[in-house]
Amino acid sequence: NASSGATDVISTVEFNQTGDLLATGDKGGRVVIFQRETESKGESEELGESGEYNVYSTFQSHEPDFDYLKSLEIEEKINKIRWLPQQNAAHFLLSTNDKTIKLWKVSERDKRPEGYNLKDEEGRIKDISTVTSLRVPVLKPTDLMVEVRPRRIFANGHTYHVNSISVNSDGETYLSADDLRVNMWHLDITDRSFNIVDIKPANMEDLTEVITAAEFHPQHCHLFVYSSSKGTLRLCDMRESALCDKHSKIFEEPEDPGNRSFFSEIISSVSDVKFSHSGRYLLTRDYLTVKVWDLNMEKGPVETYQVHEYLRSKLCSLYENDCIFDKFECVWNSTDSVIMTGAYNSFFRMFDRETGRGVTLEAWRESSKPRAVLRTRRVYTGGRRRRGDVGVDSLDFTKKILHMAWHPAENIIAIAATNNLYIFQDRVNAENL
Amino acid sequence: MFSKGTKRKFSDGDEEISDESLVGARVASSYSLQRQSLLDMSLIKLQLCHMLVEPNLCRSVLIANTVRQIQEEMTHDGSWHMVTEAFCGPGQSPSERLVATEVLCRSREQDAEPKLFSVISYEGCREEEVVADETLCSVSVSDTVSNVCLAGRIGQCWEKSELSGVERDEEALEDSRLGSGEDEEIDTEDGASTESPKTTGQVFGTFEIKNSSPAPDSALEELFSDVDTSYYDLDTMLTGMQSAPKMGPYDILDSLAPSHSSPSIVSTPKCRSDLNELDHIMEIIVGS
Repeated sequence: NASSGATDVISTVEFNQTGDLLATGDKGGRVVIFQRETESKGESEELGESGEYNVYSTFQSHEPDFDYLKSLEIEEKINKIRWLPQQNAAHFLLSTNDKTIKLWKVSERDKRPEGYNLKDEEGRIKDISTVTSLRVPVLKPTDLMVEVRPRRIFANGHTYHVNSISVNSDGETYLSADDLRVNMWHLDITDRSFNIVDIKPANMEDLTEVITAAEFHPQHCHLFVYSSSKGTLRLCDMRESALCDKHSKIFEEPEDPGNRSFFSEIISSVSDVKFSHSGRYLLTRDYLTVKVWDLNMEKGPVETYQVHEYLRSKLCSLYENDCIFDKFECVWNSTDSVIMTGAYNSFFRMFDRETGRGVTLEAWRESSKPRAVLRTRRVYTGGRRRRGDVGVDSLDFTKKILHMAWHPAENIIAIAATNNLYIFQDRVNAENL
Repeated sequence: MFSKGTKRKFSDGDEEISDESLVGARVASSYSLQRQSLLDMSLIKLQLCHMLVEPNLCRSVLIANTVRQIQEEMTHDGSWHMVTEAFCGPGQSPSERLVATEVLCRSREQDAEPKLFSVISYEGCREEEVVADETLCSVSVSDTVSNVCLAGRIGQCWEKSELSGVERDEEALEDSRLGSGEDEEIDTEDGASTESPKTTGQVFGTFEIKNSSPAPDSALEELFSDVDTSYYDLDTMLTGMQSAPKMGPYDILDSLAPSHSSPSIVSTPKCRSDLNELDHIMEIIVGS
């Protein structure tokens, strides 16, 4: 089944650690949090039966800003959202635009104090003369209210555009990365951060490579990885030095001389990097492929999957219309056995690592039907043409699936398709994936 | 499409090809044509850096690297040489000439791989020409001129985040001097678009308007000779122009292309005398 929401272009999607909450950020600076309904109707939970996601809270995270020094606008678009591990009844998430990271506290209130001495029911100050006796206010149940408050604002840490944030497994720190630098923050301290990577050259005209994504290792709090526009991955160990400009390991695939073109570098630029849940592998996305890397092997990926190889002959047109610069995300499933990434024409791809096979799916819903069933699609690239195949030239390049998330434990995926959010749930067992 | 070594089918099957090298030449020229158009496309993409929102640094870097790659290949091919020979060619688009010239200027300085950028540290060879040239009134403005400073702009695009207001003025200053290809073209794009009027004033202020400089069109003088000059004096006072009838900075402003953001290449009227002089200087610099 699928549900849609949001009136603005969704720019990030993220489940929390239990998967009960799903947050989306959009171009307008808003965050919408969905909550999974539990079996509140009193029915016993059937095998595979899972609740729907409904809107839990909506708030304005970032507002458009203006940098007076440089006479430039700062977009309010939410680039990334990351949840903190839950420690008490409240939920915390980090949201960031190009420049400022904010920590939000999401809490529920279902009781309210009643019976104040000095205030009346509406909160107006009472006339003292009418107060004849003292009483203790009591907590009375009330309708559930979700409150979202900003708890920290981490500003002025970045000169360039923030592309990633990642919460550390230590539960106390997180990193934020922009085009040239990676900073580490303590969640409680907003007036300073540690710069742990700086690739800005002394002379900006010598700049040939930028940071595209960064992430902390899921278990080792001293390790993090960052990817670059030249297709390299650098694993850094913070124990080695304060400034991790020197990497511990560098992962790079040697260039294929047969496929060399003027676009080789652009299509090798890594748009997203994700550690596997196990912490043993890395998943990267470049323009035409997704690759799985083993942390123990630096000389190349252990698996490569073609996302849309048929675009290789169209690179010039895609360069002209800027599509070649689209940044697709990639995700692991809960057991690290399946990987998923987006493509064009509202298509997205899933690859089964055990069989090596990939499938193309479409995020689409007939407007008359409230629910959609995932359809397998095919792009026609030669050979026998089947019914339903889509020709390469009929692909709609404005319908990009850039952002997505996979539930941490179950086969539930959230796909952002421009303004719409699709949540697909596997109602049968996971075997058919 | 652009991968080197890809052979293309020669589709003109009717003609009998006696000379095999002819086929090869056509293949090669088609490749270099495509390469050239890719270069032009890339330069235009970099040109659109002046937006309200800070440009995407990753995209700019990738495009700049692509341009560098093409330029390197063209240098090895010897195509750069061909482009510079056609410096005064009428049919050639200004961007090619100007880009080529920059490269040559630079490669003379160092033997390392020729850098297309760092116009900021650009040698004074251009500066001298501009200041020395007295036919400033013949300044014509086009969008293509930005291509010259494009290279500089790449640095600027990235620099934008780092620059303070003061630095930007300085850059605009430099650009205005460098803004001449074969013509004395003011880099108005940088001066007029995102910067304050004060900076624009500064940009134009670098040009010395000499009263003694010969008017490009003496008919213009005649036209205004019988006009009551008192009005012009008032005008001068208000607009800060030094001399009224001559083309001053604000006249140049009027003749600006309307939209600085449109990338269309406008053909520029040429100043033949400037061209020859510049060409001469270029030859000296390049040491040909």
